[in-house]
This record gives sequence, structure tokens and C-alpha cells, in this order.
Amino acid sequence: MKAVAIVGVGQTAFVRGYEGSIRELAFDAYKEAMLDAGLKAKNIDASIICSAPEYDKQRTPAGTIVEYLGLNPKPTFYVETVCSSSSSGLRVAYSLVKAGLHKTVLVLGFQKMSEISSADSQERMGRGSDVMWEAPFGTMMPAYYAMHARAHFHRYGTTEEDLALIRMKAATYGMINKKAVYQKGVTLDQVLSADVVASPLKRFDCCANADGASCVIVAHKDVAKSLTKKPIWILGVGAATAPITMSGRESLTGLTCAHAAAKEAYTMAGIKAKDVDVAEVHDCFTIAEMMAYEDLGFAKPGKGKELIRAKETYVDGKIPVNVDGGLLSKGHPIGATGGSQIRTIVLQLRGEAGEMQVKDPEIGLIHNIGGVGVYGNVTILGV
Amino acid sequence: MIIRLGPMVRDFENGKVLDLGEVIMGFERFGTVSFTSQTKAAPFVDLLDKGMVAGTKCKGCGASYFPPRPDCSKCFSSNMEWTEITGNGKLVSYSKLIYAPTGFEADLPYSIALVEFPNNLKVFGRLSKEIKDEEISIGMDLKTEVVKLPNDRVTYQFKKA
Repeated sequence: MKAVAIVGVGQTAFVRGYEGSIRELAFDAYKEAMLDAGLKAKNIDASIICSAPEYDKQRTPAGTIVEYLGLNPKPTFYVETVCSSSSSGLRVAYSLVKAGLHKTVLVLGFQKMSEISSADSQERMGRGSDVMWEAPFGTMMPAYYAMHARAHFHRYGTTEEDLALIRMKAATYGMINKKAVYQKGVTLDQVLSADVVASPLKRFDCCANADGASCVIVAHKDVAKSLTKKPIWILGVGAATAPITMSGRESLTGLTCAHAAAKEAYTMAGIKAKDVDVAEVHDCFTIAEMMAYEDLGFAKPGKGKELIRAKETYVDGKIPVNVDGGLLSKGHPIGATGGSQIRTIVLQLRGEAGEMQVKDPEIGLIHNIGGVGVYGNVTILGV
Repeated sequence: MIIRLGPMVRDFENGKVLDLGEVIMGFERFGTVSFTSQTKAAPFVDLLDKGMVAGTKCKGCGASYFPPRPDCSKCFSSNMEWTEITGNGKLVSYSKLIYAPTGFEADLPYSIALVEFPNNLKVFGRLSKEIKDEEISIGMDLKTEVVKLPNDRVTYQFKKA
């Protein structure tokens, strides 16, 4: 159902320390998307600003950023689902346009993780989980995902080397992505002998913090058809949650929110997993990509390792995944990540992906997860 | 003695009306670092002081909860009873942390774990440091154990059953 399209995309380079303020960071991505779409500020009917809170001092970032982007007096608001904030923003933008409330809606995801001191940043790391019942034990994302890796190894015989192969794919494409924070290659030995962060995950199994912003412009088909570039249609959106506490989870070998969101998106788009030509998945940690293969139905549970061992998720494989370097190489500026994934798929479907181009893709999928699978958004795009 | 009467809080001994924030519930004593102090589930800490790790059970519909909840999301009742987690649980998964968030560094390295007890009650916590790395295996039997921490703090961990 080609009713709502993405007509413009933009993204800043993801860097360790952006030399500017959050509004300037947001502007860089916004400008690129607006020029991509051939639009001016007055064409935007509403905007959605997305980020994880407490990494900068601006309370109420939406209103502040919107002034700088020149989008007053149009409506705006803040959407947050931690690492899946900007794909949640996309879901809302789609809904606003589909409902007929607005014709053109802009989604701006940003994160400046270097704004606060590293001590403050380290303090925030402990509060991404249930602060009453789990954070008091000293928890953080790598450790939670590490528990998932341990469970996956035990149940399916997945190995640390299987996870290392995923990192190596990420590096292969990170090396050719000028917007990635990490553009160096890695060897298998480097990945396997790196320092442990939380067993069994090691340094290269983890994505890096970064500063960055992304911008996606969503429009009604009447607007889309009047613009120059090929519209990329939003064919399916799915979203689901899972308990934030580990005690609430049924199993630690997959993320049920991803599986449920994918099912909803596939049904809405009228497709199956095998119809996806190119995908962006949330590889905050190598194990996260392994579980994504299975949660999305690209491989049966436990068989994800066969995909990576056979290189089927490389650009010329059966199902190219994260051929822009993924979060592992691009870095993970929390609020900006979803938009970056969406941008990559839009470029792929337009045929504008350059060296990373997959051959003639028609259907693309974005899998964006918030926290340890607390929030899951799956978006299906098509030409 | 501090008593809460509806929205007002009175300190009877000193004849003062206090801000809610001044009410000492005890929950701030839980864990290595505490981020919250006000909860209707604060009796959890009183029970820890008595050596018990407890969840709650809804008197209305029988639903069991861990972590303990003062409200039942199944039947909307807030009439709960405290029920101790007893017996053996099985290790679902764990991870040994080499890096920690602020406030937990002194404990490193430590392992977080998820343990499944009967009736599908899962409990999250740390593994006792008395369990050697080579003794840890998924599915092993564990029991809860209350741990006193410095500065009148209290927590729980899992020990070998």
C-alpha cells in the first residue's frame, strides 16, 4: 500500500566528539535531508525530535531544536524509546501522515554523548535498566547482552568465533563508510583476544558511543510524487515491547519484542522474511545481530550462525545485513541510530548506496531495538 | 515515629508535618547503590533484614510476582501478601563484569545472574563470589542468600544449593 513515503534522508558523520552544540548537530542532519528532498522549512507540517535523555543539559530538546531548524510555529514533540527513539519517531510520523493530520513530517534523531563528562556518562550507564530492582546490583547493556550470548551459546552451540565473524563483517563495511566512527579493519585474532567487557563479550563485540544526528522526511503520496527523487514507500511498521526486568523474560536466547514487531510489519506489508532484499539490524553487540537473524526469520532459531559462517549476510549474499558497517562500526549515537538505519535502506532502494550497493533491492527492512529488547521497531520499505 | 496518613505525613514524636521525601521507608538501603527510596514495596527490605528474599502474591487472583509488586496488573487489586522465595532455583544465565557503572567499581569483578525458581518465578541478582568460575554452569542449583553490606545496606545473592 503506497500511501506514505520517505522523501528525504540525511545523517551526520558519527564521531567521538562533535565540535558543536546539539542544535548545530541536529541542523547538520536536517540540512542534508532537506536538500535531499528539495524542501524548505515552510514545507514541513510537523516534526518529531528523538533522543535518549540526560546526555546534555537541555531539558525539552524538541522545542529548542525546532527553533534552530526554523520550524516554528509548526507542532513538535519528543519521542523516546532509548536506542529505538528515531524509528519510534518514524512510526509516529507515518501515523500522522496516514491519518491525514499532516502531509509532511520530519523525524530528527540526535545524540551528543560527549557533552557530559565521562564520569557522568558512566553513571548514566547503570540506569538503563529497572532502577528499583536490577540497577542496584550494578547492571549495564554489555552485561545484559552478554547474558543473552551465554544463553545462546549454551542452547545452540554458538561460539565466540561466530560472534567474531559478525564483527569482521561490520568492519569490512565500516572501512568504506565515511560516516562511520570506526573505519579500521579487524582480524579474527584481534577480535577473539580483545579484553573482556562482560563475559563472554569482549571489546570488539561492543559498539562504541558516538555523537551524531539523523533526519528522515516522511510525506503523503501527493507530496512524494511531486518531488524529484524516487519515493521510498513505507509498506509495514511493527512495534512491540518486552519486560525491562530479566525476571520478566521467558528466555534469553532471543528478543521477543523483535519477533513480534517483525510479525506485525511483515503482515502489514504482505511479505515474508525471504522477500527482504536488504536489512539493517540493531547490532549494538555482536550477539544482537545473531539474535536478529533468528528473530526476523532470516534463519531458524539457533541457525543464525550458519548464515554468518557462509557469508550470506554480506553484500552479495542471500540476505545482506548491515552492509553500512552497522552500529558496531558506525557507532551508536543513541537517538540517531534508527534514522541512520532507515537512511541506509532508503539509499539502497534508490540505488544510491555506492560501494555498499546491494544488487537491485526492492524490499528493505529496518530492525531497531531499544535497551535490551525492551522496545522493538521493525519497518519495511519498498520501491 | 513517622506515620503516613493519606497525603499528609506526621512525625508524632516531634509534632511536625513532613514532606513525603522525608519519610524513611528503608528501600534506599537496598543494593550496592540505590536510585529510589519511595515505594510501597519497601517491606521487601524489612524482610531482607529478617533473612528472607520475598515476592508478592495477589490475594484477589493468586498471581505471583518477583520482583514484588504492591499492585496486581492482572486484576487491579492492591491487596497483596508477601511470599518468601524458598528452595532451589536453576541458573538461566550469567555474566561476569570487568567494567561497571559508577558506584559499583569496588565490587569488580562480579557476576550478575538470572535464576528460575518453581512456578516460573525468576529472580535477578549476583552470584556469590564463593562460587568459582569453573563451578558455574547453566542449570546449576542455587539458593538465595541475604547479604549485609557496609553502611547498614542490605542485598541478596545466589549461593550453591
